[in-house]
Amino acid sequence: MRLFVALIGFAFLAAVSAAPAAGTEADFKAALAAALAAENDAGALKNQWTTTEQVLDAAKKAAAAGDFDTAVREARHAEALARASIAQAREQEGAWRAGVIR
Amino acid sequence: MRMSRALTAVGLMLALAAAQPVGAADAVNPDADFKAFRDYFTKRFPNVPLNDFVNGPYSMDAELRKQWLAIDDFPPYDFAVDRGKEMFATPFKNGKSYGDCFPGKGIGVRQNYPYFDDKAGEVITLELALNDCRKANGEEPYSYVNDDMASLTAYMAFTSRGKLFDIKIPNDPRALAAYQTGAEYFYSRRGQLNFSCASCHVQSAGEHIRTEVLAPALGILAAMPIYRSEWGSMGTISRRFVTCNIQVRGVPLQPQDELYRDVEYYLSYMSNGLPISGPGARP
Amino acid sequence: MASTIRVRAVASGDNTEVQALVQHPMDSGFVKDAKGNLIPPHHIEVVEFVHSGKAVFTALWGPAVAKDPYVKFSFKGAQKGDDLTVSWVDNEGGSDSLVAKILSAAWPAWRWLCGCLVH
Repeated sequence: MRLFVALIGFAFLAAVSAAPAAGTEADFKAALAAALAAENDAGALKNQWTTTEQVLDAAKKAAAAGDFDTAVREARHAEALARASIAQAREQEGAWRAGVIR
Repeated sequence: MRMSRALTAVGLMLALAAAQPVGAADAVNPDADFKAFRDYFTKRFPNVPLNDFVNGPYSMDAELRKQWLAIDDFPPYDFAVDRGKEMFATPFKNGKSYGDCFPGKGIGVRQNYPYFDDKAGEVITLELALNDCRKANGEEPYSYVNDDMASLTAYMAFTSRGKLFDIKIPNDPRALAAYQTGAEYFYSRRGQLNFSCASCHVQSAGEHIRTEVLAPALGILAAMPIYRSEWGSMGTISRRFVTCNIQVRGVPLQPQDELYRDVEYYLSYMSNGLPISGPGARP
Repeated sequence: MASTIRVRAVASGDNTEVQALVQHPMDSGFVKDAKGNLIPPHHIEVVEFVHSGKAVFTALWGPAVAKDPYVKFSFKGAQKGDDLTVSWVDNEGGSDSLVAKILSAAWPAWRWLCGCLVH
């Protein structure tokens, strides 16, 4: 089951790194919106990761400094992390029983 | 080609998971859970007397125990208990006091918390009850993670030392649901580190994580609140849940979130019959 | 105001064992608060235990000792009923002192109410 979460994470990260590195402010805004939406969904499942929040902050900081390449990359990274946390929550809905002491 | 084989395995697992009928989950049986939980720990640690589990890591590690016994002559929570006693006795602006909100004037009652309030339809913990008391008497509620709440619960735990956990699950589907939600929270992996509470306190009980010895889940709340050397201060159950979440890289919930109260309900029920050992001191 | 010093001195034969817990923030001066400002140093510099006019234990604490320090030591030459004076001075000029009676070793186990502690 851990494999499942890891795979989802890797899949998204692979997609992220395959995307073009250069970014504009518009790209950043789109990437940030997607990341925030995913993080919101994770929040609804009460399963956000502190790492996601840190990467989001890094993205915003880079954008504020005008470094949109970094900002876009970090925003996509944050989205991947948020999606992984959503996958974790969904998986655990069924998987938690496996750990129960019987 | 390991990737495609792994993906196939994942696909199969997903298909199997989807194929199980939703109603296949067993009916909630807290008594069976309780027995299994207790048996797991007593069998795994046959040399630990049942009542000693409430001492957490000290029941697991002899060297740590020696240090604890030395420090326990002059426990670091002493100041919190005295402050809590003073706070508890001080009336509110309207003349009433904490004792008026609790059965038995609030002395020697910690072992009955949390309980399921059938009027409110939710789990009431001691911390929540204290703040409800404050609000009902026109006072500002305390933060659940700071010294004020910790001092109050330290005093209440101290007056209840030795009394046995007596958590009740009334014959109410909402109470059973709260209990089950607590169990689900306890066993669900969370945070980027993908740990559940059980990962550390069931599977790895007694083992080391970095320099700490992990406490067994059986009786784990009996010593709360605790003076934690790591914090250099007293901490409530709320504080511990929040910091545990952060430690596995999970964003913590609001203190006294319904999920936190439910997991406290579950863990306390699992510790029924064990004595209150709080307030405690931990590394 | 309640004393910041808690002490228990127990005489057993010629030997007296002393334990003390002192309430003090012991700020080193190197730690920053949530806003990023340095918390100024505020720590005990000297703590002294005096019996029969003689200092039986003196410690020079300072910034390296953590909050609410605990100390344990033994000394010879005292008996049950004698006075032991504990006092401290901190870097801000603050101070406190307490006189405690030395107890005999037969003093019962201190406020344990439950059988859960297996010694």
